[in-house]
Amino acid sequence: MFVYADNAATTKMSKTAINAMLPYFDEEFGNPSSLYTLGQRAKEGLEDARERVAKCLGCSPKEITFTSGGSEADNQALVSAARIGERKGKKHIISSAFEHHAILHTLEKLRKEGFDIELLPVGPTGTITAEQVKKAIRPDTCLVTIMYANNEIGSIMPIKEIGAVCKEAGVLFHTDAVQAAGHLHIDVKDQNIDMLSLSGHKFHGPKGTGVLYARQGIMLTNIIEGGAQERGKRAGTENMAGIRGLAAALEEACAHIDENAAKVSKLRDKLIEGISKIPHSALNGDPVNRLPGNVNFCFEGIEGESMLLLLDLKGICASSGSACTSGSLDPSHVLLAIGRPHEVAHGSLRLSLCEWNTEEEIDYILQELPQIVEYLRNMSPVWKDLIRGKRQFIL
Amino acid sequence: MALYTDTVMDHFMHPRNVGEIENASGVGEVGNAKCGDIMKMYLDVDPETKVIKDVKFETFGCGSAIASTSIATEMIKGKTIDEALKLTNKEVVDALGGLPAFKLHCSVLAEESIKAAVKDYYDKNNIPYDPKDFPEAEEGEEVPMV
Repeated sequence: MFVYADNAATTKMSKTAINAMLPYFDEEFGNPSSLYTLGQRAKEGLEDARERVAKCLGCSPKEITFTSGGSEADNQALVSAARIGERKGKKHIISSAFEHHAILHTLEKLRKEGFDIELLPVGPTGTITAEQVKKAIRPDTCLVTIMYANNEIGSIMPIKEIGAVCKEAGVLFHTDAVQAAGHLHIDVKDQNIDMLSLSGHKFHGPKGTGVLYARQGIMLTNIIEGGAQERGKRAGTENMAGIRGLAAALEEACAHIDENAAKVSKLRDKLIEGISKIPHSALNGDPVNRLPGNVNFCFEGIEGESMLLLLDLKGICASSGSACTSGSLDPSHVLLAIGRPHEVAHGSLRLSLCEWNTEEEIDYILQELPQIVEYLRNMSPVWKDLIRGKRQFIL
Repeated sequence: MALYTDTVMDHFMHPRNVGEIENASGVGEVGNAKCGDIMKMYLDVDPETKVIKDVKFETFGCGSAIASTSIATEMIKGKTIDEALKLTNKEVVDALGGLPAFKLHCSVLAEESIKAAVKDYYDKNNIPYDPKDFPEAEEGEEVPMV
């Protein structure tokens, strides 16, 4: 059996998205900047896609910029907000310790430029409260950037409340909604969001596509210089097929958001319940307030990469926050941020589901995974020390 | 290209000499759980001939960590202690048909686990040795790459 359970990494494209892209490879291959009819038809396709995306987010089409992905959107949002702040002498930025690296590394770049970066600690379930943000805001704060939902452990932040706190203080609020878009409701006006990033391939759209929403009046700083595309704020001939695919995928995901969430969270809870029976394991993230498809566990006494290899041999695609899957000696910064010790964080497993997963697939995972954990524990000197009492169980 | 060679996958899926030896002549443990790798090597040494009659290992770690220790046990089984001490991490990597660059430290740990087990054997039997031949692998420090 083949089970794709790594939908937080990327998703398989939907037929709707593929069909929306196809004409733009041959028949409608025009450049939207060209004057003739073929080019103008592409321009119409581009603006139609922009309108559709805007409708899904509850904003105006003018507030949508198409990018090459979530990372570019994150980079542009942060740099733009920093430049706006800088002009007013405000150089304090608030974020969280478990953001995606597209955020953390951009913040690190800004820190080197002299910005004061404050990363709020996250609690054991992986959430940031509006109260925490409120307390951290200073007169010189120019930006708060907090992710909508965490990519590894699936916990969901109180975005609307955080946005309200920022609005009251007159501070720009950006959210990295890469894992949330298409899966959780977004209404930027209602949720007090000034800027938002999303990525096409996390909801059955194409890779290499993303969106930056920036509220009207927020002056964007270019990351890519060149032509006047995207109101001069993002140069480069538009990725027409990609943009059409993203818009179609987002529209479809938003149209079925509640039924998909109901179906997927049912599968998720079944998987969580089954995996919880493995002794000395623990769920990472908030048990209730989490992404519909996210399951993330730590298993004591074993290492994540060897789990992934054995799961792969059984046809199951998953991911881990172990050091060995990242090429560094440190395990996932997200698991460390929620307080998991290194030795436990190395033994993590993330399974992320979508509406195309089935009950049978969950049963199959629950049949194979406990055997894999047991097999690896039996050859682990750490596990032997744990069961002999030479080392204390943490989980 | 796959992450690992067929030989690495073979040793990962069918590790040789897994387990422990009760009352082993020498036991060596290197690495630490914090860094995500622990390797434990058990030797059964013939006191007369100094031949390694049996060897077993246990590993907490990734696929290449398990494969490195597995193939290392095959490479020293039936050899004398002096021969086993000559095993280098490079030979382990070559026998595996190569490892990705960021996994080379697994082969270093495999080599060090054998040296640690031999040192333990020397200590238990009051056999003199030059401590310089057995540098302490420092806890938590990054293991040097070849």
